[in-house]
Amino acid sequence: MPDALPAAPTDGLIAIVKRDCPTCELTAPVLADIATRGGITVFTQDDPAFPETISAPVDDTDLGVSHRLKVEIVPTLIRMDGGREVDRTYGWDRAEWERVTGIAGLGTGLPTMRPGCGAKNVEPGIIEKLKVRFGETGLVARPVVIGGAEDEIEAMFDRGWSDGLPLVPPTPERVLRMLTGTARDPKEVVGICPPDLAPATVEKIAINAVMAGCKPEYLPTVLAAVEAVLDEPFCMHGVLATTMFVGPVVVVNGPVRRQIGMNALGNALGQGNRANATIGRAVQLVVRNVGGGRPREVDRATLGSPGKYTYCFAEDEEGSSWEPLSAERGVPRGRSAVTVFAGFGLQGIVDQKSREPESLVRSFVGSLKAIHNIKLTGGPDAMIVVCPEHARTFRAAGWSKQRLYDELYERCEFDGAEVVAGAQGMAEGAPPSVLGTKVKKFRPGGLLIVRAGGSAGMFSGIIGGWSAGGASLPVTKEVRE
Amino acid sequence: MTVLLDPTSERSPTARPRLARPEGLEGKTVGILDISKPRGDVFLDRIHELLAARGIEVKRYMKPTVSRPAPLPLAQQIGTEADLVIEGLAD
Repeated sequence: MPDALPAAPTDGLIAIVKRDCPTCELTAPVLADIATRGGITVFTQDDPAFPETISAPVDDTDLGVSHRLKVEIVPTLIRMDGGREVDRTYGWDRAEWERVTGIAGLGTGLPTMRPGCGAKNVEPGIIEKLKVRFGETGLVARPVVIGGAEDEIEAMFDRGWSDGLPLVPPTPERVLRMLTGTARDPKEVVGICPPDLAPATVEKIAINAVMAGCKPEYLPTVLAAVEAVLDEPFCMHGVLATTMFVGPVVVVNGPVRRQIGMNALGNALGQGNRANATIGRAVQLVVRNVGGGRPREVDRATLGSPGKYTYCFAEDEEGSSWEPLSAERGVPRGRSAVTVFAGFGLQGIVDQKSREPESLVRSFVGSLKAIHNIKLTGGPDAMIVVCPEHARTFRAAGWSKQRLYDELYERCEFDGAEVVAGAQGMAEGAPPSVLGTKVKKFRPGGLLIVRAGGSAGMFSGIIGGWSAGGASLPVTKEVRE
Repeated sequence: MTVLLDPTSERSPTARPRLARPEGLEGKTVGILDISKPRGDVFLDRIHELLAARGIEVKRYMKPTVSRPAPLPLAQQIGTEADLVIEGLAD
């Protein structure tokens, strides 16, 4: 409808005002004075009758003229000459108004200066609509037109975009708003997404973030997480295609956690926090939609895991005496980062009696040894989420994070005779070459430790990893604005 | 009319894809749904005979009335019992 805009004069003075602006109210008599002393066209953004001091203010309540004139503050006063803008001022500043109008003695009873108000056409929620209306979105994704009688939520299910739960419709307005969350170019390719090896651009990721229910302020974290899973060492194709349970687990560190209100405390790995829930979901939707990675197609999971809907939480850095996971992995403290880990499920470590680290670490080891199978070694990685009450026991005894890593790695060890195939009446197990040797459960570096959880409860958790012995390595990426 | 932005890599058409046609009927169960339109059964009975002559398993279903969609239990029954459905409209 740009062609239906009221015409803005090509010569002379133009003012853009709104009633909901005390400075515009203040200048109403001045506009009337200018109208009689040389003429002015006044466009009004909210109330077509305003200002009453002018005989025929022009209705710009659809904000098309304001948008075309790139108004940001009201009142704005513009001088046009031969179709070109030659001068502009905004707010009330007597000297400026006299200069732009060429009329002396304006608003003599008014204060010298008053700042203006924000223009309606740049308000969030409105600016996006205007950009869509004027074809200025710069978005390149294919538009999908939904029929008038079609329910848009159902239409998205029908097109196969959903993980099984309802999606937020990715209208151009919502996608534009999402993109305000980042300074990155919408066309930037963040990574190549398997299995179709399609480019995951900032724009495509933003579309999927809208569908996942993200706020724009989450987008930088989503982009970092997508960048991390598409980094070669993570092996997203394998994580997707494996028959095992795994999917990307996203751990967020740094100031962004609190800025966007993530949960690192009670129920950190559970439901109920929008940022935790939707960031993890957005990563999965990118793999599904951009990469074409769908269950029972290239995703060959035997059982999968509920974490494949979303698996994202923040580390409780404030409640921890240990260095954050991101710092341990090379990102300086005070900077935000995500770490992705190919993991599944949560196996609880329940120990309500240990008050000494030597006892508690044995409980951790016992639980860790059972991952995948009590007799399988050298394969699985694991992430250990240490709860506050367990962390307190280690901290009180002066155990550093490194000490805990070392103790767990060393103690998760078997005699070859315990784990050789057939031992303990189980066919599963290691080749006979392990007999007479000690066998470690984990590869060096195969454990990750993070701190999260509520203050009450001696319940830590193990997030099991993939069994390919490093086929998918954890990847850490800084969150960029 | 609502416009949504395509979240995919745009390798398939935006129109909802139809299910792929089966390559053959061997080993499939064919449902025949009579929508209760008069004399529709004449056509459908003949289809049934022809399929049966080829050794293909056929299950017959009938809507209670032509003027409304099939009741949900009937639709669910067909969905669980038949691999494909032939539906006839005739006067």
